[in-house]
Amino acid sequence: MAKKQSELTNGMFSNNPIFVQALGMCPTLATTTSATNGLGMGMATLAVLIMSNIVISLIRKLVPEKIRIPVYIIIIAGFVTMIDLLMHGFLYDLWKTLGLFIPLIVVNCLILGRAESFASQNSVFKSILDALGMGLGFAGGLILLGSVREILGAGTWFGLPLWGDAFNVFIMILPPGAFITLGLLAAMFNWMGISREEKKKKKAKAAKKAGETA
Amino acid sequence: MNVFLIFMSAILVNNFVLQRFLGICPFLGVSKKTDTAVGMSLAVIFVMVLASVITWLLNGVLVLMGLGFLKTIVFILVIASLVQFVEIFLKKVSPGLYEALGIFLPLITTNCAILGLALLNIQNNYGLLETIFNALGAGFGFGLALILFAGIREQLDFADIPKPFKGLAGTLITAGILSMAFVGFSGMIKL
Repeated sequence: MAKKQSELTNGMFSNNPIFVQALGMCPTLATTTSATNGLGMGMATLAVLIMSNIVISLIRKLVPEKIRIPVYIIIIAGFVTMIDLLMHGFLYDLWKTLGLFIPLIVVNCLILGRAESFASQNSVFKSILDALGMGLGFAGGLILLGSVREILGAGTWFGLPLWGDAFNVFIMILPPGAFITLGLLAAMFNWMGISREEKKKKKAKAAKKAGETA
Repeated sequence: MNVFLIFMSAILVNNFVLQRFLGICPFLGVSKKTDTAVGMSLAVIFVMVLASVITWLLNGVLVLMGLGFLKTIVFILVIASLVQFVEIFLKKVSPGLYEALGIFLPLITTNCAILGLALLNIQNNYGLLETIFNALGAGFGFGLALILFAGIREQLDFADIPKPFKGLAGTLITAGILSMAFVGFSGMIKL
């Protein structure tokens, strides 16, 4: 059970696709002008990732080694087209704001990366867990980034007014804001990682010292 | 005149990397040295123009057959095989050029800028000539951003950056500042 859990949490935290692996940067930067858009993009990617992981895991023994990448790309492109049409039908406003980046889920390196490195070698159940973890990690990152940008840039969160026009940093919604916010968030996670490691080292040192005196 | 406007707008106002966020992966990945940045830019310009023309023609066929919704699948396959084909072709015909561009070509398949450009051309209802100039502009814009960025990163190697900002974080913030410069062009051309 512990192993299963690690497959799920692996993608969410320790191997987060956005902050640790830096995969799928284009949609990350482009669609996070608000928390809602980030959530929409995250869910669309999650859906494609789960479905493509299931199918690729199911046919993993049938696909010849040499043509596996084109096969994966066709499968992913098929699901992306489905999501594109579904969103066009049922979520027209979101479809319009995300625009080009829905068909571009095809070239999101995260999805092809998981297909190649996980789903093509593991059972269906494990692949679903992996897709859930990675997809939720990706969506979480998008929502976090979208929230920061929306709160600072427009003074709202998921469209709810927080402080309205009292404090707006307009640049956060423009393209440079995306780069800078993501850079600062990545630096923050780095800093947290570094300080945690230093604490560990200090503890180890203290333990060693205690051992020596004892 | 319109064609020239499309070209300039794709380079500066709607720069593919810094304003539209297409092709961020190679932008962050291949921008450590100016030489490689130049090689990558040339390869991208070449493939962009070729891919745009072919996908534009193919879209005509798809629309005629009433299969417009299949364009994402068709385009990505065309681009992937086109890149392979260009690689083999260059190897045979011009080994010098292949040596210069060869290692970048496989990377281009997963470059969302190529597929994005192909889809944008269709979305904007461009004619063939406009498509070619849009592709040229997008390619040069990508090259401009990439080479500028590589120049900055070469200088940054000697700078003393705080530890948490090393790597991805610092790179992203630098890109943000460069992007700010390009925001200055916004609104200059209205199409």
